[in-house]
Amino acid sequence: MADSTQQMEQQPTTLQRFKASHFWHSFRIDRVAQLSFIVFLIYALLAIFASVIAPFDPYDASQIDIMNSEIPPSWEEGGEEGFLLGTDAQGRDMLSTILYGTRVSLMIGLCAVALQALLGIVIGLTAGYIGGRVDSLLMRIADIQLSFSTLMVAIIVLAVFQATFGTELYQQLAMIMLILVIGIAEWPQYARTIRASVLAEKKKEYVDAARVMGFGRLRIMFRHILPNTLSPILVISTVQIANAIISEASLSFLGLGMPVSQPSLGSLISSGFEYIFSGAWWITVIPGVVLVVLVLVMNLLGDWMRDVLNPKLYKG
Amino acid sequence: MPLLEVNNLEVCFGLRSGAVKALRDVSFTLERGERLGVVGESGAGKSVLGFSIINLLSRPGHISAGNVNFEGKDLASLAPEELRSIRGNRISMIFQDPMMTLNPVLTIGVQMVECLQAHRQISTSDAKRIALKRLQQVQIPSAEKRLDQYPHELSGGMRQRIVIAIGLLLDPDIIIADEPTTALDVTIQAEIMDLMLNLCEQNNVALILITHDLGVVSQVTQRMLVMYAGRIIEQGPTKEIINDAQHPYTQGLMNALPQMAIPGQKLNQIKGTMPPLQNIPTGCSFNPRCEYVMDICTKKLPPFTQSGNCLVACHMVADSQHGPQQEKLRSEEV
Repeated sequence: MADSTQQMEQQPTTLQRFKASHFWHSFRIDRVAQLSFIVFLIYALLAIFASVIAPFDPYDASQIDIMNSEIPPSWEEGGEEGFLLGTDAQGRDMLSTILYGTRVSLMIGLCAVALQALLGIVIGLTAGYIGGRVDSLLMRIADIQLSFSTLMVAIIVLAVFQATFGTELYQQLAMIMLILVIGIAEWPQYARTIRASVLAEKKKEYVDAARVMGFGRLRIMFRHILPNTLSPILVISTVQIANAIISEASLSFLGLGMPVSQPSLGSLISSGFEYIFSGAWWITVIPGVVLVVLVLVMNLLGDWMRDVLNPKLYKG
Repeated sequence: MPLLEVNNLEVCFGLRSGAVKALRDVSFTLERGERLGVVGESGAGKSVLGFSIINLLSRPGHISAGNVNFEGKDLASLAPEELRSIRGNRISMIFQDPMMTLNPVLTIGVQMVECLQAHRQISTSDAKRIALKRLQQVQIPSAEKRLDQYPHELSGGMRQRIVIAIGLLLDPDIIIADEPTTALDVTIQAEIMDLMLNLCEQNNVALILITHDLGVVSQVTQRMLVMYAGRIIEQGPTKEIINDAQHPYTQGLMNALPQMAIPGQKLNQIKGTMPPLQNIPTGCSFNPRCEYVMDICTKKLPPFTQSGNCLVACHMVADSQHGPQQEKLRSEEV
């Protein structure tokens, strides 16, 4: 029987399947993707183990000595062995502060994108699958949301919050506020992309088959259609994480983000900005480079993933 | 009481240019375990009929008149919850293209277990056992392995077997098969049809086979409906219709079979095309293409006339039986 050709072969494991996939193959031949992935992995590890790797704890005021302020990196003249990348204006070790700052930036980026994805997926899926008036209403809301720039919304919300509840409360809640604001401001990106793929998917026969089987709407939406729209979700996620990190850095730079006591990369750049002309360039430049590399790597990974997962560019 | 009873069903599609009737006055019954064929050209309303039975017409289609009774209950009057418990569970459907009807990102096992658990309270391992049994019933080689495979890893014939296995998973009373073999190559077609026939006989499942393959219909079904432009024009035992078609359209279909052509000559065909549903001629909708067209055909819709065990909607057949039928009616009145 023609059906039994594969009968004798051993069932491949998930790992073997992954190794044989187009995804893995194109990763193996793409140096840029490999490099980007390795760099991103290093960032992730450094961020996760920041408290172990960092020589000092920048959040612990007792470890900070104001007399150590503005020491240049160790390879510069006047540098000290103990402070590899120098110290900032408050005498904090730059290396430790950057490690902790990366953690804060990545954390905000990932959580904000998770929130965006959650809102965007639920709204996009509902709009696309149910259609009609629900679709029009949700998509008009998305259009309105998109017509405000993220930064504008964020600045207004954060400034109003700071003015109303005071700086002290704000500093305690800064991280949550940033995640909420960036998350809520950017959901239409997801909603639109997902709605478009749902419109294409729901016409396929497997959706009819699922309806014929008597499955409910929610089950068809989340279990049958959603997994089929995962590749665009993956692609925008990488780009959105990079965007969220930049948004957070911009807000912190403007003084509306993370407080100086718990600096993110953005607030570090901002805090060194006043000293840049007095010769203490490292306080701004080093976190700046760290941020640029992180965002660049995310964007490169996103680009690569878009090429791989786009069947129109698939060359076999 | 018949298992399924369709009464004067009319399906409308509300389009911008006005409502289009895809089905008109369709009535038939289906007994438990009976195999019914539905044949007709593309666009005759065969698939719409299939979907309207389980009340799953997609917008803008809706049932505008008539009803579908399943075990005496009008399906249109049921709450969505009750209707869902019938779909897949009591009445299941098999589609044309097995490439498309399986979800590409879920394994066969996951899809089968999900179907079982959607309608029955059973554990995953029990569900897997039933799924495996069904896969073996549809003669899939190394069935255990298939549960962990994705649809794209299987051949077309194997996928259609799996679709059939899913259709049978919950021991339905009726399977509606919408051109189940059209997308397969001819050798696999025969295997799949044999398989479906056997499974339906073994499990006493009623089958509604929608197809335009008269060969398949004559092999598999006991009764058949011939549809034209949204109406049933002839129905009765398959053997009688195949051997002695009454309606000129059915005769045309039979003549169009390659077996009926004289070697070396062109194949026979019915001249013209089916009218668009927006623009169906008055009287008998087949009249512009009919060789035997009479005056009355363009004016009056032909009623169903009993001819042997068949019901035929044709003035010509009605005329030839005019005398005896009138007498019969009169005798009933007395």
